[in-house]
Amino acid sequence: MTRFITSSFSHLILLIGILIMVIPVWMIFASSTHTSSMINMNGLQMFLGDSFYENYLRVLLYKGGFFKEITALKMFFNSFIMATGVAILSVITSLMAAYALVYYRIKYATLLFWIIFITILVPLELRIFPTYSVMAELNLVNSYFGLIVPISASAIATLFFRQFYKTIPDELLESAKLDGANTWRFFVDFLIPLSKTMIVAMLIFMFVFGYNQYLWPLLVTTSEQYWTVVMGLKMMSGSIVHRFAFVMMSMVPPILIIIVLQKHFIKGVFQDK
Amino acid sequence: MSFLDLKNVTKIYPNGTKAVHETSLSIDEGEFMVFVGPSGCGKSTLLRMVAGLEDITEGDINLDGKLMNEVDPSERDVAMVFQNYALYPHMNVYNNLAYGLKNRGIDKETIEQKVNDAAKLLQISDYLQRKPSMLSGGQRQRVAMGRAIVRNPKIFLFDEPLSNLDAKLRIQMRLEIKKLQQKVGVTSIFVTHDQVEAMTLADRLAVINNGIIEQLGTPIEIYDNPKSLFVAGFIGSPQMNFLDGNLKNKTLSAESFKIKDIISDFEGDVTLGIRPEHLSQKENGLINLKVDLVEQLGSDNLVYGQLKDKKDFCYRCPGNLIIEKGSNLSLNIENNKYYIFDKSTGKRVN
Repeated sequence: MTRFITSSFSHLILLIGILIMVIPVWMIFASSTHTSSMINMNGLQMFLGDSFYENYLRVLLYKGGFFKEITALKMFFNSFIMATGVAILSVITSLMAAYALVYYRIKYATLLFWIIFITILVPLELRIFPTYSVMAELNLVNSYFGLIVPISASAIATLFFRQFYKTIPDELLESAKLDGANTWRFFVDFLIPLSKTMIVAMLIFMFVFGYNQYLWPLLVTTSEQYWTVVMGLKMMSGSIVHRFAFVMMSMVPPILIIIVLQKHFIKGVFQDK
Repeated sequence: MSFLDLKNVTKIYPNGTKAVHETSLSIDEGEFMVFVGPSGCGKSTLLRMVAGLEDITEGDINLDGKLMNEVDPSERDVAMVFQNYALYPHMNVYNNLAYGLKNRGIDKETIEQKVNDAAKLLQISDYLQRKPSMLSGGQRQRVAMGRAIVRNPKIFLFDEPLSNLDAKLRIQMRLEIKKLQQKVGVTSIFVTHDQVEAMTLADRLAVINNGIIEQLGTPIEIYDNPKSLFVAGFIGSPQMNFLDGNLKNKTLSAESFKIKDIISDFEGDVTLGIRPEHLSQKENGLINLKVDLVEQLGSDNLVYGQLKDKKDFCYRCPGNLIIEKGSNLSLNIENNKYYIFDKSTGKRVN
């Protein structure tokens, strides 16, 4: 009986927490399906209206920005390119960095690793001026390359891969060597397949990280053609329902990614062998 | 020149530890050589130098007439079975066996043929599609051996491959390894710390201690004729009994007995070694044993007790003899089978 009470109590707390998080989102969604005059007169709505298609279609195709050059659809495309680019590039670099740190006879490999690791303490916002000036020198302002590259070295992903590689027994490498595998083959035939779940987890993690970038894209793009969704949240003009609709749509990609790949994500981050 | 030649091979680790002292050894083609010794004696290091997994500090290793020192492990054409098997966890058994062949650029049909032949020989044909995690210890062991066999290497290296198995399976796999080696006829080196494994498997045995080969020979040679105190103590189960004594004018005095007419010119403090199985009961024998404990193994009894000076002593007798705890036995050494070692150097003197 006491167990029943304690478990219902904890469930109750969880439910309240969920409601606190979900209700505002739901209110935005419900409101975004009404007409703007309805919202202006009656405030936020709890129930669905009937302007869903009208509002969302208009937001997707409406040309916004100062120069009326960009649509929400294009912003989604930009965000997708940026997030995917960041995810793939940072997974590749950290896989390889971890491989070199663990398997090559590098002097001071541990020290080097910790130097990489403390870059976590130096977020992009702190090094934004030098980074921008490098990008400007290289003529990469207003390009996808400029959006992606400066945030594509991930110390966290390097940490995860390094710790994982360290758990792989040395005999596996030795055995592979005797079977005629060189360093590259060992990487491709062993480490990549063995860290598959972790790669997926890091891809998700870095995708969301790239998608959520705000300050960097704001600085490195002056052309509206390169606006991303998160920038658009601030830049979009228009009536309140259209903004709400845009907010709702901006949440969809990361949620989709998590829903589809969450099993791999959990397996990869909390790996037990 | 023999098939595998080690000439003054030495291993010094960067921290200065000398794991293997100048070791020279020749192994003939098809021979089954066992390195045996306590943990940390350098036997695995020696094996890993043959495999190319450890650099050779000094000396030469020649395999089939070719100097191996600078040859990469992948080019040496050796196969190794590791203690924990080191199977590739993400590949099924078939690919575990085929991987080494694929890397050598062998065509698909030949690989399939070879893998199937090896699988048949080891009776693992039914598991070819399974991942290693779905196999039992014995099956994994077989896959590890299959991976070695399938490549048809110049030499097999076994690094304590049986120590992860339970006792029954270990004996079974021991037999299988021996049979398999005889069938395939590949030169093999087997590293173990288990002297029973060493005795049963070896054509020749190298007893290693502190990075030095103490004695090299057939198992029976080493058992019958140990050249040092260490070898005498290490080979044979239960262990040889050791008694302190003194040798003077060809007469040995130890405990409360004397042995005359010993064939040795050595004079001084010695250690007398007697194997538990080289004793028999006889009235007015040399040795008086007060029995503390009897282990009945069925075929044999192991009788543990103390001599007059409280020294522990073991006697092995046939299982049909009934020996009471607390009784006093009078024992004689059979056929003068005793060993005398210089106490200071451990070298055999008789």
